[in-house]
Amino acid sequence: MTTREGDDNLPEKAPVPDPGLPDHTWRPTDVDEAAERRAERQIATLFGLSALCAVLFVVSYVTLDIGEVTTTFGGLGASNLALGLSLAGSLLFLGIGIIHWARKLMADHEIVEMRHPARSSDEDRTETVAALNLGIHESGIGRRPLVRNSLLGALGLLALPVPVVLLRDLGPLPGDSLEKTIWAEGMRVVRDVTGTPIRPAELQVGDLVNAEPAALFETDDEGEPLIEGVQLQVEKSKGAVIVVRIEPEEITPGEGREDWGVDGILCYSKICTHVGCPISLYERTTHHVLCPCHQSTFDLADAARVVFGPAARPLPQLALAVDSEGYLVAQADFDEPVGPSYWERDSRCASTPARWRRATPPPRPRRRSRVPPVPLPPGPTTGWAWPRRARSSCARSSPTTGRSCSVRSRCGASSSCCSPAPS
Amino acid sequence: MRFLNRSAGRLSRHRRGPLAGLLVLMLGLLLTGGLYTAFSPVQASDSASNEELVAEGRELFLTNCAFCHGQSGEGVRTIDGNQLGPSLIGVGAAAVDFQVNTGRMPLMQPGQQAPRKAPTFSEEETAAMAAYVASLGPGPAVPDPSDYSLEGMSDEERQEAIVRGGQIFLTNCTACHNFTGGGGAMPRGGYAPAILGVDPKYVYEAMLTGPQSMPNFSNGNLTPDAKRDVIAYLESIEENPDYGGFGMGGLGPVSEGLFAWVVGIGGLVGFCVWIAAHTTRSTKDKVTA
Repeated sequence: MTTREGDDNLPEKAPVPDPGLPDHTWRPTDVDEAAERRAERQIATLFGLSALCAVLFVVSYVTLDIGEVTTTFGGLGASNLALGLSLAGSLLFLGIGIIHWARKLMADHEIVEMRHPARSSDEDRTETVAALNLGIHESGIGRRPLVRNSLLGALGLLALPVPVVLLRDLGPLPGDSLEKTIWAEGMRVVRDVTGTPIRPAELQVGDLVNAEPAALFETDDEGEPLIEGVQLQVEKSKGAVIVVRIEPEEITPGEGREDWGVDGILCYSKICTHVGCPISLYERTTHHVLCPCHQSTFDLADAARVVFGPAARPLPQLALAVDSEGYLVAQADFDEPVGPSYWERDSRCASTPARWRRATPPPRPRRRSRVPPVPLPPGPTTGWAWPRRARSSCARSSPTTGRSCSVRSRCGASSSCCSPAPS
Repeated sequence: MRFLNRSAGRLSRHRRGPLAGLLVLMLGLLLTGGLYTAFSPVQASDSASNEELVAEGRELFLTNCAFCHGQSGEGVRTIDGNQLGPSLIGVGAAAVDFQVNTGRMPLMQPGQQAPRKAPTFSEEETAAMAAYVASLGPGPAVPDPSDYSLEGMSDEERQEAIVRGGQIFLTNCTACHNFTGGGGAMPRGGYAPAILGVDPKYVYEAMLTGPQSMPNFSNGNLTPDAKRDVIAYLESIEENPDYGGFGMGGLGPVSEGLFAWVVGIGGLVGFCVWIAAHTTRSTKDKVTA
């Protein structure tokens, strides 16, 4: 202990002498036989209580009624209460007994256990290496490349099933299903659950209707639903909307959305643009709708502008009209994907692939001219220009949220770079 | 006469007793009250015509409501443009019946929430105010018990109503009122109240008129039958026995998790600390035989 070999820079002598272990002091149960017997009895009693509780558990399981006639105790279900208490008591008394045993009766003197080196002995090491070399030599894995290579190939291919099975759920690719819902031009907006169509005159200012596309309630000649099962759930989750009626003078319609409402009746996607919770916590006095998941708040009177919370873009709005029979219908599908962001949302939006464009392309030049040109840092002079994508993503700020647009929010926040002309 | 004198004398002995003043006061009060009841004019509201009711309601309105809602119920805005009290034109008798009979109005103090409390006005006074407010503009009338009553329904009809009402409730109401009807938090300090144990009439009126921040579910939005179904569902929840123990607000993982972490795990930690802290040692040495 006093000296050390090598250059670990420790003092030759320990500055404080090792005091060693303190003297052991005894417990009353060690020195007093009466105390020892008392502790023994206590421990046995605790184990006995544990056994009693276990028996009580079985008894209450058999005797206490649940179901049509439920035994109650102080307003609580007697069965649950008794089962919980007896099982908890059984475990608790067992635990207390064991701890009591360890602390009172089991030996508690301090012992020192020295560490042993982890390294095997030299003989063991030589023997192992010899056995390994012998195996390599006898199997001839070095001399028979055909066997070796075919084994390696087989092992390599054995790894293939793993990614095939594990990654199978990643496909097939969603295609454009994230960008489209079942809403279409002229489709009626119907009340959820009952499936009845809505006349504008039926709604008063302050009304809130949780609505669905009429297609979900359509049936064939035999009364069987046309859409059912998984498809129904998917279309319902994407197509759910809320319809509200607001005093027309309190509404600030979004750009190009002046004719998307009917007499102050507006319709928005019910799916939060943050992570897709369905929202209908609507306050008619403020026109705010609150998402219960993360408190994103949207102002429905102001094109569902985000007024609070983590959502990056307003709720998509469904353009409303009235059909020949006087019921509310959609003018078209949503002009932007509903629900939360996904990886390609903005890249698809910025490049506007032809298949996503509507029959009438959006009047892009007119809209672009509204955006004031933003000075860009000078690029290299040899005919090099800033890429278009970078320009459209960084230079614009959202007119509705007032935030400078991040890549995440640039499209939906203004809904203008990808929206078609409102018809 | 002699007997009277004697009993008066007996009473007179107690005239300076400690309780004599109190007794005389009680007797006086009882006499005054009895006489007033006997001779005061009979309450006229039962037979009052609608015009008289409106006039009486207007009096009550001017003294109790007009400060915030304006002298003709047109609503009052502060100089900052904030709404002090909303316009009552067109809210109808149902809104007055709901707000006043559940004690929400008159408001104790302006704020985000109008809490439910014991009603300030009697039913007659409320009816008079409701008649006055209804005369300001067309609005929903106080619903008839036949609109929301479940009486006269067979068990089968009732079960169907509960199923339909449950779906309507889960679609339209749970967002704010919780799927148990226990209520929940709303923005800026408000809350959606618990709606279990509420008189079906007020549940119906709340849907009809949209009190405070709650959106309307007018009859064009949710049909009267649908509203009755919702009430049937709520009553089925109330009748459903709850043997689950302590609800802790029915708020789900927040309150239950808090309890488990603080009381449950905290208690276990405390128990462990207590075990480790208690060790008795003897000063004696062990006698080795």
